[in-house]
Amino acid sequence: MSRTTGRSRNAAAATSLFLAGILALTACSAPGASTTDEPTADGDGAATASGDWTCGTDDVTLDAYLETGFPLSNALFEEFEKQYPNVSFDVREDQFAVITQNAPRVLADNPPDLMRLPQMSDLVDDGLLYNLDEAAAHFGWDEWPASQLAQMRVDDEGRRGDGPLYAMGKNYSMTGVFYNTELAAQIGMTEAPKTLAELDEWMQKAKDAGITPSTQFNGGATGGLAFPLQLLMASYGDVDAINDWTFQQPGARIDTESNIKAAEHLKKWIDAGYFADDINSLDYSQMMGRFIDGKSLFIFNGDWESGNLDTQMAGKAGFFLMPPLEEGGKVGAMSAPLTFGISSKAANPQCAAFFFDWIATNDEARTLAVEVGGSHPMGPADAFMPEVDPESVTGQTLAAGATIADDNGAMEFIANATGAIYAKSWTPNLQKLVAGDQTAEGLLQAVQADYESEING
Amino acid sequence: MNEMRTTGAPGRREVAAPASTSLEARRRALKARRLRRGWAALGLVVPAAFFYVIFVLRPLVLTVQYSFYDWNGVGASTFVGAENYTRLVEKPELLGSIVNALELIIYFSFVPVILGLLTAATIRKFAASRLALVSRTVLFLPQVIPLVAAGIMWTWLLATDGLVNELMRLVGLGSITRAWLGDTSTALGAVGVIGAWVALGLCLLLLLSGMTKIDPALYEAARIDGAGAVREFFAITLPSVRQEIGVCVTVTVIAALAAFDIVYISTQGGPANSTLVPGLEIYYLGFFSREVGQASALAVVFMVLVLAVVLPIQRLTKEED
Repeated sequence: MSRTTGRSRNAAAATSLFLAGILALTACSAPGASTTDEPTADGDGAATASGDWTCGTDDVTLDAYLETGFPLSNALFEEFEKQYPNVSFDVREDQFAVITQNAPRVLADNPPDLMRLPQMSDLVDDGLLYNLDEAAAHFGWDEWPASQLAQMRVDDEGRRGDGPLYAMGKNYSMTGVFYNTELAAQIGMTEAPKTLAELDEWMQKAKDAGITPSTQFNGGATGGLAFPLQLLMASYGDVDAINDWTFQQPGARIDTESNIKAAEHLKKWIDAGYFADDINSLDYSQMMGRFIDGKSLFIFNGDWESGNLDTQMAGKAGFFLMPPLEEGGKVGAMSAPLTFGISSKAANPQCAAFFFDWIATNDEARTLAVEVGGSHPMGPADAFMPEVDPESVTGQTLAAGATIADDNGAMEFIANATGAIYAKSWTPNLQKLVAGDQTAEGLLQAVQADYESEING
Repeated sequence: MNEMRTTGAPGRREVAAPASTSLEARRRALKARRLRRGWAALGLVVPAAFFYVIFVLRPLVLTVQYSFYDWNGVGASTFVGAENYTRLVEKPELLGSIVNALELIIYFSFVPVILGLLTAATIRKFAASRLALVSRTVLFLPQVIPLVAAGIMWTWLLATDGLVNELMRLVGLGSITRAWLGDTSTALGAVGVIGAWVALGLCLLLLLSGMTKIDPALYEAARIDGAGAVREFFAITLPSVRQEIGVCVTVTVIAALAAFDIVYISTQGGPANSTLVPGLEIYYLGFFSREVGQASALAVVFMVLVLAVVLPIQRLTKEED
């Protein structure tokens, strides 16, 4: 249409050259190569430990990056600021999914002093987390029950369970079965089932009475059937074998004989119609909403909801651990610390470590961990515990925690084995199990295959 | 359309400039003016070009570059050549996601274009009335609502106890009610309905504006020749809005292939990967599996695929121009 003159052709050439120049400038080096000034894994970069594991007396602001919807952290910050007026907290909150996606970049680019952590082996691998071994030795964390810290240790190979300590818990959670006591009374269930067969019976009775046995969430990218599945695995088999798999120990498999039996049991529940028809479209908050509204007899969940249920369903909710195959048998539960870490580039790692120690050892902090967080505080086995009504949900979950400790039945969640295993493997396969497109055995084999390709790939 | 084309001849005024006393002076004046114009034009283009380079071209080039590396987004990277591309072929769920995207074209593109044509042809007949204004506004409204809000709203409507199922129960269709987004056989269609609802407004408005430009004399002539409404539609309306249809199809097909927000909000790719689309897969690869190279390779392949689908559509609608 328009005639191109020689001059405008020159201009076009010049512009192209200019653009090409910019592109060349921006894209000639290999990605990530500019971050070669990574601090070493033991954190002797900018923040060198000087042996003073306190917050000092000068004004300090700790950068905190937290998960929204959990009031415990802010309650702890307020109490800490009261006790140590020179310390203040600069808090940023996001949903856990957002934290999961952004963790590596946040730790590298805006290093927080305290950060809620997702699955951490990759983060350690990239040298992004502060090594807390020295702090552990200084504060005596090594003398706490070893199982409390095991999940936060990562070795050179990226395997968890052993090696240097890279994170600390604000408390540790306990999972099991919550039930609506009013609905339970309607079908004659006055006490918690003692065997798995009894639980099966109550589910059937509920269904016969027109009560939905469970509205467990299983929609979107969050396959909540992983909760009952793993609890069943603990009833059928050995928790150590499951932990080996989650901690990426060499040769560990998820498709073992006992796990297949557990998955078959779950499939039996699905086929019997014990779960709501629409669980493949239910998310976590919808499940909680329905349970609190009295539309579900059981849900498989954790004690982070204990405080919430004590307020919203006062006297109407109870908790029990997934029952064993035979009465009096060993029980297991997913029990994980609410994990927080320090960036290896953090400005105040020692003050942050001091805060971790304070959470576990200060009486007020421990009270908050129980009353606000609903879970058992970290720390020595004989440390102070606040008074809790044993009839409350919080009281019942704390008691269950003691049972799990006696049985050595604590497990890390199988969804945390690798960064993507939950969203990309457990969830779609559990949804297929519900839809009838996957068998119990096929589910575990598919997850095992994805697990191997993720670890080796 | 043809007479509306701009002449686009910037040199004309120079040619028509009054004759100077000497040829040399005239040439110099011309040169100076062109230079001034050139600088002005450059000044106008540079700001936009700058942002275009930084936010469009640079990411594009970087994506291509990343696709040849094994990189987790933070640490050091290793050059792996075309390995990321060869590995794409080995992933079966990837093929599924592409098939899903192609299926979404039916809902995101065909349905709104056909419905848009029919509604626009209907509205055209009473274009001046208030009813036309109201229906146009109502149908265009979804286009104004953020996709995230639309997604959330529709997840409520399509839930087991949502409005859609309640209405179905009311008219005696209770036996087929279900969690539309939670059933592997209906989830993709349910997501498609949301997309169709969003895209209909855009298509309607585009097609309607195309139809208002049709010379009423054509319809009159057709009526004299004894053509009915159907014949009128196929003989006059449809051929006249050919270019608008082209724009609608192109925009909506790209929206279908690049779908992310609606799917992410309503199903996150579930249940059982039945609504997994390439956009979501790229996001999962990049941010959950932390395989930035692999995600980039998929993005590049997918971009080529989108072009391969869209370019023929462009040619098809321009053919008889």
